[in-house]
Amino acid sequence: MRRSEFARYWHTPFGLACLSLFLASRAAADDVAESAPAETDTSSEFVSMLFVFLLASFIGIGVIRRVSRLLHTPLMSLTNAISAISVVGAILLAGGEHYPTSVRVMGAIALFASMTNIISGFLITDRMLKMFKTRDGGKA
Amino acid sequence: MNLLVQLAYLLGTALFVLSLHWMSDPKTARRGVFAGAIAMLVAILATWGEPDITRHLWIIIPIIPATVLGVWLSQVPLTAVPQRTALSHAFGGLAAGLVGTAKFFYWHAEPGTPHLTPFITFAILAEVILGFLTVTGSLIAAAKLQEVKWIPQRPWVYRGQNVVNLLALLLAVGLGLLLMWSPGGAWAPVLFLIVVFLALNFGWMLVMPIGGADMPTVISILNSYAGLAAVAMGFVLNNKLLITAGALDGSSGLILSIIMCKAMNRSFTNVLFGAFGQVQSTAVAGDQKIAKSETIEGAAQIMEQASLVVIVPGYGMAVAQAQHRVRELYDQLTKRGVDVRFAIHPVAGRMPGHMNVLLAEAEIPYDKLMEMDEINPDLPQADVVLVIGANDVVNPAARTDESSPIYGMPIIDADKARSCFCIKRSMNPGFAGIENALYFADRTYMLFGDAKQVVGELVKQLSGQGGH
Repeated sequence: MRRSEFARYWHTPFGLACLSLFLASRAAADDVAESAPAETDTSSEFVSMLFVFLLASFIGIGVIRRVSRLLHTPLMSLTNAISAISVVGAILLAGGEHYPTSVRVMGAIALFASMTNIISGFLITDRMLKMFKTRDGGKA
Repeated sequence: MNLLVQLAYLLGTALFVLSLHWMSDPKTARRGVFAGAIAMLVAILATWGEPDITRHLWIIIPIIPATVLGVWLSQVPLTAVPQRTALSHAFGGLAAGLVGTAKFFYWHAEPGTPHLTPFITFAILAEVILGFLTVTGSLIAAAKLQEVKWIPQRPWVYRGQNVVNLLALLLAVGLGLLLMWSPGGAWAPVLFLIVVFLALNFGWMLVMPIGGADMPTVISILNSYAGLAAVAMGFVLNNKLLITAGALDGSSGLILSIIMCKAMNRSFTNVLFGAFGQVQSTAVAGDQKIAKSETIEGAAQIMEQASLVVIVPGYGMAVAQAQHRVRELYDQLTKRGVDVRFAIHPVAGRMPGHMNVLLAEAEIPYDKLMEMDEINPDLPQADVVLVIGANDVVNPAARTDESSPIYGMPIIDADKARSCFCIKRSMNPGFAGIENALYFADRTYMLFGDAKQVVGELVKQLSGQGGH
């Protein structure tokens, strides 16, 4: 993407973040109104999460814009494997001490799904990238 | 202990960013995969090591079949990579949707529901809606790419489709707002399940009307949704690693879909709601234009004497599995001192970058694979352009014919070369059903037949003659 094109689309993550920020502020207002001083902590947590989301989106756009078009298919399978980080949530549910069996089963299915993505995603990305060679490498 | 876990997540975040950074160059790309895999391993081990995690069997048992399936899925032929990718988007969506659902019901069962603040409820709803619509949407996309019989390849439309889809989405959002209002209510689980049901339906309804040349955009958008579902899960679980990794995936999908849309001169809304490809049943009646055909011998002779040959591959090359024959043709011509380059349109194939992977598999050096913008200025100097299974991306009507549905789409200027050979099965219009003005141009000659067979005969002709 050229710079001008980037400028036209940067508002998308920004807009999402603004929307979430608005909702967070509403939630924070509710929390404050309904007393419980401990809960104001959680709303500042939300805001710090929004910061992380906003910055990560900008970094993501900045880094991915520079990926060569040559590698867009491996890029998609790599990001797909990376987004299987939801395995963290699945592990917490499947292996957690105090969850009932129903929650645990859903966690286990989610764990199966994201683990499949992790393994197949990283393996196939590497398999594809191995094939990209220059002329010298190709003849070897 | 908790601090250690957080630090591990921080390391994971850094490695994920580096991993994508290294993808910018084919020379460092494999290091990127390694970094990503390490980051994932660190994240899994750190989470598993938390003191709260005690039911280890519940973790180990799902991992075993996942490993088997994962290894199997990673060995698919490269022509099947688009459907594998769509399938894994479905898996990602399923994981996010299930975790969100489980969390909601678990927290709803708590007395007083202290966890279900409006913000958390919003995040859970976003996670579940994005997750489940990705599941059914991606499954339909994978089925379409795999050409499963009972899923129509062509866009499937009916009157008022967009209204129905929009109403379903609005209903889901409305119910979601109700849930945020009172997440602890007795009827909340019912509402929640209705939202899940609507999201599942919205997914397939969104993808059914899309087909053919729009698949690269659809896959990219679903990629983005799967990432955003992970972000929402991060908000629900208060986990910053999930937010970062999901945001990286989300922005990657976003950028790829923007590139795909730009390469077709269309907008997101047009791809999602436009039902491209079924419009063009109106054949050009009246003046019967005539396409000239050429023999294999003639084509081989012209190519042999060329100094620059540009090959334009398209989805047809993938279908015919012709990439290895193309490599032999490349070898034969290069041996004779002909400069052979490949012109890759961004939407050639069924997912972003699909052609590059297939040609790399056939061991064609990647510095010969040129982007459209790079190669177009050189095309007037090209002696021969050989179009293999590409159609709309070389159609000059996109430049000249304002009534054409692809008017304005950037194309590879195959018509500007000194001569142009198009390999095609027959004169039937391609996937989008648009007649290609290139076939009737003065300097264009058709080579009728299966791509693999025709290229094979060209190779035979070239290796037979002279024999150097």
